[in-house]
Amino acid sequence: MHLTLLLDMAVDGFGDRVVAGPASAGITAAQLAARSHSGAALVRERGANAVVYLAVNGPAFPVALFAAARAGVPLVPVNYRLGQRQLDALLARHPQALGIADPDSLPHLKRAGLDAMTTDEWLAQTGIDRGAGDTGADQDGVAIVIYTSGTTSEPKGVLLRHENLVSYVLGSVEFASADETDAALVSVPPYHIAAVANVITNLYAGRRTLVLEAFTPGEWLRAVREEEVTSAMVVPTMLARIMDSDEDKSVPSLRSLSYGGAPMPAALIERALREWTRVDFVNAYGLTETSSTVALLGPEDHRAALESPDPAVRARLSSIGRPLPGIELEIRGPGGEVLGPGQTGRICVRGEQVSAEYAGVGRAVDDRGFFDTKDDGYLDSGGYLFISGRTDDTIIRGAENIAPAEIEDVLLRHPAVLDAVVFGVPDEEWGQRIEAAVVARPGMAVGDVELRDFARQALRSSKTPDRCWFLDALPRTETGKLLRRLVPDLIARAD
Amino acid sequence: MAVTFRAGQQLVSAVDSTAVIVIKAPAQEGTLTCGGVAMTTAGEQVCAAEPDPSLMGGTQIGKRYVDQGDTIQVLCTKAGGGTLALDGQPLVIQAAKPLPASD
Repeated sequence: MHLTLLLDMAVDGFGDRVVAGPASAGITAAQLAARSHSGAALVRERGANAVVYLAVNGPAFPVALFAAARAGVPLVPVNYRLGQRQLDALLARHPQALGIADPDSLPHLKRAGLDAMTTDEWLAQTGIDRGAGDTGADQDGVAIVIYTSGTTSEPKGVLLRHENLVSYVLGSVEFASADETDAALVSVPPYHIAAVANVITNLYAGRRTLVLEAFTPGEWLRAVREEEVTSAMVVPTMLARIMDSDEDKSVPSLRSLSYGGAPMPAALIERALREWTRVDFVNAYGLTETSSTVALLGPEDHRAALESPDPAVRARLSSIGRPLPGIELEIRGPGGEVLGPGQTGRICVRGEQVSAEYAGVGRAVDDRGFFDTKDDGYLDSGGYLFISGRTDDTIIRGAENIAPAEIEDVLLRHPAVLDAVVFGVPDEEWGQRIEAAVVARPGMAVGDVELRDFARQALRSSKTPDRCWFLDALPRTETGKLLRRLVPDLIARAD
Repeated sequence: MAVTFRAGQQLVSAVDSTAVIVIKAPAQEGTLTCGGVAMTTAGEQVCAAEPDPSLMGGTQIGKRYVDQGDTIQVLCTKAGGGTLALDGQPLVIQAAKPLPASD
């Protein structure tokens, strides 16, 4: 089970179809395969034991992915927005890698002593015929190393093996199921698992992928209309910016929009569903460690939830749906016991696509092969999964466990609130008390008392923030994950 | 010759270009044939053989093939002219159950 199997199948099934880039000037499946052979030969020539990719998403990325796979070495996509110290620390772990970078980032690779070239040079080099060498024989080798964003700790290298990624594709995508005119718009950076999954799932489906290098609402909307994009994946912050923009929001070609990467505020998805009534919405939940999606809420679930008079069905708009067929999922209590519907505990998953493997550490699974996601959640009576939040983020006020997400969701329903974070602060009486930091919408004002009254109408008083701070912006990764550990410092400076 | 299957195992035909990957392995040993001739584990030496002309229904790339009892499921990774069968029982194409695109 090797990633190149997927590419070779694509060549056999639809070799002349453009699979990456614009319809008129993109790369066909056969061209991608030829470049993967050339790139693999180059990797071997240079004696590299990995390929580091330090650039924005673009045609060079799928070529790098399959060339590394063909050569039997891992691809390591690295965040080009990291600070120099963090970047140097990551690059030092791959001294024998062949590096591919944007011109701006190339000096970082050179400084780290890597054999490096620009994305343009890489595309020129892989356009040269070097013959078809053998594919790396190790069927179970590491295909991708992705460093976690480190929202709670130091970045860890997650190892995704060929078997994990191929299992994910074969378990969730039907070969050649896309129409020739289908196009997927990708706006996540290449060091995000969704970007890796995007390359391989769309290729296997026969769907052309287009890349938006730098996201703005206007560029995204323009690309959807001009390139007649039929499906796209966004993170919640992108959807929020699109919905908030003054641009023309018509998307006549768009049939499917998936979202994930961070929790979706209920108010935002309701707004998007009403704005784009003809679009199928898909909420996907997954982790880097699980080779992308492990559970999803499909289009029918979204519509049923939006229209249902039943509060339990309506609530499913905030759920992340049901596990994929190849995934077993359990909710576990503090002693590791399996909990029933409605009970909140740790979300644990098992399946071929679950790598759960870290560089220098090994596999983090229990004796039954389950991986603890460190997300808390529960299943409803229909088997729909609800995420309460990261276990580490839970606020314990008195003896009560409180998930910040529930309170954030309420604050985000206030018309003047653009962004919100809720966190625990040490408190002599309660152990922890609840505080919030919010960002007001431009030109709108809201006060601390008004917001707390607003929250109290929807929540018990024990869950109402004791104080609301106001900030200009919240610290988020570009995929929208909150960097909670940075919030207290921002508050201290705002005070 | 009956063999024990495992998920992820790749098999190639001795009579045509057909190649498959085992998605779901049966608990029992069995013989998977293409065009009436036993398939070989990929990477091992294949002795080219003549197919049974009555077992040349063809295989389609990307399709999943299952037996009547749903004990085995294989994915065709290379198309060919033969008919797949497990212990003499022809495999049939399993209808697609597509999931919405999530990436």
